[in-house]
Amino acid sequence: MTPREQWTAFYTIIRKDVVRMFRIWPQTFLPSVVTSSLYFLIFGAFLGSRIGEVHGVPYIMFVVPGLVMLAVVTNSYANTSFVMFSSKFFGRSIDEILVSPTPAWVLVAGYVAGGVIRGVLVGLLVLVVSLLFTSLVIHNLLVVLGFLFLTSVVLALAGLVNGVYAKSIDGINIVPTFVLTPLVYLGGVFYSAQTLPGVWGMITKVDPIFYIINGFRYGFLGVSDVPILYSSLLLIALAVVFLGMAVYLIHKGLGLKQ
Amino acid sequence: MNALEITNLVKTYASGTKALKSVSLTVPQGDFFALLGPNGAGKTTMIGVTAGLVNKTSGTVKIFGIDNSIEPERSRTMIGLVPQEINFNPFEKPLDTVVNQAGYYGIPRHIAIPRAEQILRDLGLYEKRLGRSMDLSGGMKRRLMIARGIIHEPKLLILDEPTAGVDVELRRSMWNYLKTLTTKGVTILLTTHYLEEAEQLCKHVAIINKGEIVANGTMEEVLQAHDTGPVEEGKYRGGRLEEVFLKLTQEK
Ligand SMILES: Nc1ncnc2c1ncn2[C@@H]1O[C@H](COP(=O)(O)OP(=O)(O)OP(=O)(O)O)[C@@H](O)[C@H]1O
Ligand SMILES: [Mg+2]
Repeated sequence: MTPREQWTAFYTIIRKDVVRMFRIWPQTFLPSVVTSSLYFLIFGAFLGSRIGEVHGVPYIMFVVPGLVMLAVVTNSYANTSFVMFSSKFFGRSIDEILVSPTPAWVLVAGYVAGGVIRGVLVGLLVLVVSLLFTSLVIHNLLVVLGFLFLTSVVLALAGLVNGVYAKSIDGINIVPTFVLTPLVYLGGVFYSAQTLPGVWGMITKVDPIFYIINGFRYGFLGVSDVPILYSSLLLIALAVVFLGMAVYLIHKGLGLKQ
Repeated sequence: MNALEITNLVKTYASGTKALKSVSLTVPQGDFFALLGPNGAGKTTMIGVTAGLVNKTSGTVKIFGIDNSIEPERSRTMIGLVPQEINFNPFEKPLDTVVNQAGYYGIPRHIAIPRAEQILRDLGLYEKRLGRSMDLSGGMKRRLMIARGIIHEPKLLILDEPTAGVDVELRRSMWNYLKTLTTKGVTILLTTHYLEEAEQLCKHVAIINKGEIVANGTMEEVLQAHDTGPVEEGKYRGGRLEEVFLKLTQEK
């Protein structure tokens, strides 16, 4: 395929996914908006005043970046894992792409772009909703956008790998429920690791999501529990690892072909 | 030039099933070729390997001289596949299904849309193009898969039981449509269980049984080589091809 043809294939995959996610918006965009509104209400309006300040900012301001990241992480992952899984199991529409000359890396790029679009859009929606409860400060826009984008890429890639491996619908639910959700909640969405005693502080610090959330939070508030350089390097390393896995799997047809 | 050249193709599934045991087959360019065989003979497996959906165990597959494991992109561009099982997204519009397929072959929308509309018109699906694919009747779904399979103008069109579940009248118009495609230079390889129709329409035929080719040649050659002799008094007798087919594939 010429680069132009590859671009057309890439665009087709994205377009199809975007049409799909907007068609079923109550399932794709709404849930995160509803749950984060509840979090803002409870932690911001109801409990926030009792908690006081964290890192020198009001508690509600502290939790906003974490809740945006929660939405980005879950939605990017859910999008690629579900789209890949369902195109394998419900009627095998993945074969439409597999019979075509579209190379594996274009397929990966297209699916990941779909996951990134969903993750970033939902993240921005949550951010907009937060404005009802608190004001927005941005310390460094480049850091905010960089973390938003890269986190979405990493989780979309991981979701894609999960979707390729999954042999049943449980296969795409186990990781989000038992791995991703605990990692996000223990990754300092609601608290600063500095306030945690001994072992919990240690557990938090081996959680990759902790570094991601802190990097993102630094972009808004200029405060972080860890150096932003660590966070950035970790994110890039994760992106490289999952990218390698995804392209390898799809190129070999593992989990996709008999 | 052969449109398809399969040499010593072996496929053993992970479950241990030997679906293809050293199959060799050639389909000349411009042919209307019937691949026949009972259920489970290995037809879909052979088509899957040819189209790049099934990984082969050993052997080679060449499409217009191009080895599909060495140059998969080039060989796939030349193949159009109409699979046995319905596999489009049921929530999509028929037009989108066809236009998106063009996109995977690198054909941009401004070219694909008018082309898709013309094909859907030819196949009698134009009125349904903006509904949901799941709301099509069974025969319409088959035709949608044909539309999708030819949108990129393949030189080799492979149809895995395109007429299954299609009524007589539609089947006839489908055959006619495929015939017109061959006059435009498209090579057609198809599987079917309608032997009468295959006997009338196809130039070449191969019969596969339990993963092995048991007959192969022009329709006349195969019919003559395996002639089943005179009719026994008072017994049902099907068409010539049907009798040959049964003779070659029945358990002895
Ligand atoms: N994905 C698979 N995993 C394991 N075995 C398979 C798989 N697909 C097919 N087989 C086996 O391979 C053999 C050939 O199947 P295939 O689908 O190629 O037959 P077919 O000739 O197309 O039959 P039909 O006329 O019923 O469509 C069968 O024994 C089948 O059970
Ligand atoms: Mg079959």
